Amino acid sequence: MQDFGAAFWLAGELLVSGDETLAEIVVLSLKINAGAVALASAIGMPLGAILAVARFPGRQALVVLVNSLMGLPPVVVGLVVYLMLSNAGPLGVLQLLYTPTAMIVAQTVLVTPIVAALTRQVIEDMDAEYSEQLDSLAVGRLARIGTLLYDARASLVTAVLAGFGRSVAEVGAVIIVGGNINHVTRVMTTAIALETSKGNLALALALGFVLLTIAIVVNGAVGGLRLAMVRDAHA
Amino acid sequence: MRLALLTLALAAAAFAGAAFAADRYIVVQSTTSTQNSGLLDYLLPIFTAKTGIEVRVVAVGTGQAIKNAANGDGDVLLVHAKAAEEKFVAEGFGVKRFDLMYNDFVIVGPPADPAGVEGSTDVVAALQKIAETSAPFASRADDSGTHKAEMKLWKEAGIDPTAASGGWYRETGSGMGQTLNTGIGMGAYVLTDRATWVAFGNKGDYGIAVEGDARLFNQYGVILVNKDKLANVKADLGQAFVDWLISKEGQDAIAGFEVEGQQLFFPNAKGE
Amino acid sequence: MLERPITRHGAVSALLPLVVEDLVFEAGGRRLIDGIDLTLEAGRRSVILGPNGSGKSLFLRLIHGLIPPTSGRIAWNGRPPGREVRLSQAMVFQQPVLLRRSVAANIDYALAAHGFDKAARRARTEQMLIEAGLEHLARQPARRLSGGEQQRLALARALAVEPDVLLLDEPTSSLDPHATLRIEMLIARAAQEGVRIVLVTHDIGQARRFADEVVFLHRGRIAEHAPAEVFFDEPGSEAARSFLAGELVL
Repeated sequence: MQDFGAAFWLAGELLVSGDETLAEIVVLSLKINAGAVALASAIGMPLGAILAVARFPGRQALVVLVNSLMGLPPVVVGLVVYLMLSNAGPLGVLQLLYTPTAMIVAQTVLVTPIVAALTRQVIEDMDAEYSEQLDSLAVGRLARIGTLLYDARASLVTAVLAGFGRSVAEVGAVIIVGGNINHVTRVMTTAIALETSKGNLALALALGFVLLTIAIVVNGAVGGLRLAMVRDAHA
Repeated sequence: MRLALLTLALAAAAFAGAAFAADRYIVVQSTTSTQNSGLLDYLLPIFTAKTGIEVRVVAVGTGQAIKNAANGDGDVLLVHAKAAEEKFVAEGFGVKRFDLMYNDFVIVGPPADPAGVEGSTDVVAALQKIAETSAPFASRADDSGTHKAEMKLWKEAGIDPTAASGGWYRETGSGMGQTLNTGIGMGAYVLTDRATWVAFGNKGDYGIAVEGDARLFNQYGVILVNKDKLANVKADLGQAFVDWLISKEGQDAIAGFEVEGQQLFFPNAKGE
Repeated sequence: MLERPITRHGAVSALLPLVVEDLVFEAGGRRLIDGIDLTLEAGRRSVILGPNGSGKSLFLRLIHGLIPPTSGRIAWNGRPPGREVRLSQAMVFQQPVLLRRSVAANIDYALAAHGFDKAARRARTEQMLIEAGLEHLARQPARRLSGGEQQRLALARALAVEPDVLLLDEPTSSLDPHATLRIEMLIARAAQEGVRIVLVTHDIGQARRFADEVVFLHRGRIAEHAPAEVFFDEPGSEAARSFLAGELVL
């Protein structure tokens, strides 16, 4: 496959040359993914922790639901968010369609179940270990959730990375709600889809390599952070 | 909770970044051929430089573009399916439809030419031959302008290809470029607009098999979305874009767009 | 802040006596605590002694309110075990559960949970670290300490909140003699300062060193409840005699 070799060189050239359009796309991709993962974490972590610790009727059904939502097809999420944000939709007045914010919303919907489900698992295991000790210390319900989330921080980094992996690789949702508008909502994945549809396979593949490089850098950096946390926190 | 603070800070940064957009912009719902050929990348900076109006293009199939515009999610519609466009205006979604430019469709095929249609200028006869020999044919099948044109041609040929769907007739259900990638991969004939084909980067050993039939004519129209029906439409800015496109200056700009020395779109607005 | 029945160092604790009546706990169809009646008065060190599987740990968890009994009644000076009562108690587990934080933060956490204000927390944390001989490890991750240091920290954390009652569940069972001695010294000092000690152990030597009174559990029942000197010199039950003689008690 000559495309692979060509793509590899092209990717290198793109990275080295500091291509402005590429830089713009990369920066927007990172902003949208960071925003979505941050929001998804802010929602998904407490939600997962509550699911892990609280006991209420329907809890098991909710756990199954959250686990299932991890497999949400991005296109369906994109479509639903589009229908909500469209001028014909209930949230049309917000004028968010075809903006980076709309993309963050769609990505957040996609990533939240992943963060919540992984958090629930981590917190449930930790609660099994901590439960009696925290009871003994007369720690209240809310404080207990905070404690478990904080003490599980090193493990939760993995949940965040899983969420980042999902959002950074996803194209189906963001292309519908973002519209892949040049200089406004074009991100790595939609650019790759566009170049593929133009038949510029080498360029598309090169962008794919760039995306992979970004993912590796982010994972490496966060992984380093996690190691530092583990060093500080664990035996 | 340092972690929470960090995530909130990141979220805030992302939202701040999301709010950079300028106010003077319009959204154009358009078709993939105008974007993939590079026409819009060529035209829009000229218009923006002149007027200061930013044009944001959402390039999808004609069918989806019309639906999006009918939802009020665009200010201008630039597509190529005259009947559907006239219906859009008749239903009150569009102010008025203008002819903008044309190019033509071609059928591209593999060098082996299993249906023996290469060099033909009779598209109906060519389609009949393809059906008779059951030579593979890849259709977009996505309600796009190109797909509508293709179905019209099959009708003229007196053939219902969808009866052979899954056999020699392959419905990809995707955009032009994706259908070309797929069709070329499986050795199928594909109907495509010439602009997308000329600019396409993954031709393989394919060439144009059928061209030059008057029935392959591909007319593009431009419509300002109706503010009376859809209140969010930026009528003034959108009108400025439509006016410019059909003005002499806009038409000259369209004529001046070339790929590999070939003019891809031929302006034919009648003016006001 | 919660109102705390502070009587530390006082002669009478607001939590005592502990009265347990006809306490039963069943799990998986087996009766693990089988009708215990017991009264623990203030001002003594009680050792709950018995062979493995006799229900000692379960009994401690039940009176601390960590698990609900199947039937029966537990009352700390008339009050059922619960969050309110636990605010005046502390428990040290066989395997210390330390938070994934620094040594000092572990103590600070317990103090915060008990409503101590920031200044009090800082002072108290420092004091407890010194008492436990851990001040040089204050900033270390708690989970990187040795087994003996971890248990010392767990004990320091428990004592930091100034409990009226300290419940200890085999705190030294996995420690070497040197580490055990340091733990026992900390417990002894707390007892001298008026903390009511209830120690669960199967270590006869430890029981001898600590007990004012011994509650001997066997198969989920109290086989004997006697002052230490009586229990060790003239055990009244067959099971206790066998146990003290070093025989296997089934």
